[in-house]
Amino acid sequence: MTSTTSRHWAQTVPGSTALPRVLAGDGRRDLPGHLARHGQLPDVSGSALLDAVEAAGLSGRGGAGFPTARKWRAVASGAGPAVVVGNAAEGEPASSKDHVLLTTNPHLVLDGVQVAARAVGATRVVLYAEPDAETWAVLGEALREREDDRVELIAARHAFIAGEESAVVDAVSGGPGLPRAKPPRVFERGVDGRPTLVQNVETLAHAALVAHYGPGWFRALGTDDEPGTMLLTLHGGRGRTVAEAEIGTPLVDLVDLAGAQAVLIGGYHGTWVPADAARSARLSRASLGAVGATPGAGVVVPLPRGSCGVVETARVLVYLAAQSAGQCGPCLNGLPRIALVAEALAEGRATPRDLADLRRWAGLVQRRGACAHPDGTVRLLTSALEVFEPEVQRHLAGRCSARDHRPILDGRS
Amino acid sequence: MGPEPTVELLIDRTRCVGHGSCAELLPELLTLDEWGYPSNPAGPVPAPLQRFARRAVGTCPVLALRLAEQPARR
Repeated sequence: MTSTTSRHWAQTVPGSTALPRVLAGDGRRDLPGHLARHGQLPDVSGSALLDAVEAAGLSGRGGAGFPTARKWRAVASGAGPAVVVGNAAEGEPASSKDHVLLTTNPHLVLDGVQVAARAVGATRVVLYAEPDAETWAVLGEALREREDDRVELIAARHAFIAGEESAVVDAVSGGPGLPRAKPPRVFERGVDGRPTLVQNVETLAHAALVAHYGPGWFRALGTDDEPGTMLLTLHGGRGRTVAEAEIGTPLVDLVDLAGAQAVLIGGYHGTWVPADAARSARLSRASLGAVGATPGAGVVVPLPRGSCGVVETARVLVYLAAQSAGQCGPCLNGLPRIALVAEALAEGRATPRDLADLRRWAGLVQRRGACAHPDGTVRLLTSALEVFEPEVQRHLAGRCSARDHRPILDGRS
Repeated sequence: MGPEPTVELLIDRTRCVGHGSCAELLPELLTLDEWGYPSNPAGPVPAPLQRFARRAVGTCPVLALRLAEQPARR
């Protein structure tokens, strides 16, 4: 840790292992409530904030898990004044954590936006959020309370891929909000050609806490390699809850796996993990990586034994195909074909030759899009074909072992 | 032989509509998939193919290709 960081923050802070952190424990979302919890942001320089976020070991909570300080430094060292975009475009139907964070603790997010803007030297600050009535009312009120006329509120496109960073930049620049080809990456040339930081709002909330309490406090929870907590959207009992958990928590402590055959981890671009493997896994990149998954943006969906993984996956693939922006040939051609055959398989109408097509198309669309939509779709498909292999064979024979046909995963946006 | 800058062929997938002229000019580097879209080039463009790669960039009807010179890697 550098001398600048240790000068401002104590190594240990009472209550540093208490939960929740980014959610408002006392349920107060107004400015006085926020100030009572955390006080004013300390007057710390941008470079000290960069050092602190780096020492904290904070990584992105939007799904990719990229080291936050490295991203901030790339933006800070870009040519010209930077733009910061707080990203709350939560297109993933299985995720609600950004919405809950933003509507229950808006001031911590706004603190985080301010911290990021100071750290990268931004002259333009945007919050890109879903324009539902609740979010708009809460954010409007929060900005009025702060007398902050610097943060621009821009309505996010409602689409699965809306939160992809180049799509965010496109929308903020006045475009339709579609992904664009890289390079250049947005940290080099983003909004109006300026270096742009597109950062998930949960990550910004954690960064705000690092600014308030310091890296030593931040590291009091989580693992050495993956410090801190993360927000989760936990599914079960045909409902969902948003919770904050320490990184490294056993999955069995988070969701009920007693009656599960498999668990979808990471959302619609995520991975099916067999229940046995999930029972011994923890919530971390390291532990989930060993079973071929990543925490992603914190979606965890147990699949009950009576449901059919082939049917559930097909429904999501149909949705994901419809969510293709239709810009890139392989995605435009591959995803609808994949979805049609997956649907035929779910309905017991597919042949072994169809299954071979499915696997070939999966290979064809990978790494051939401007964004990772085809890659994420293929990740879900291939993990389903592997984890539900016996069920796939049953479907090829025209049968399905489901006893409960109520959908677990939603196919609507 | 000193290290030469490597040249990479980049495809903007949002522009490419599958005319296929690039694969005709660079069959050593690109093949077309079953829908007519070029494969990802496998690695940098070898020196003898660079003039064909430049021609492919110039003849793509939708300007979906470009060459990026990378400093020599070790």
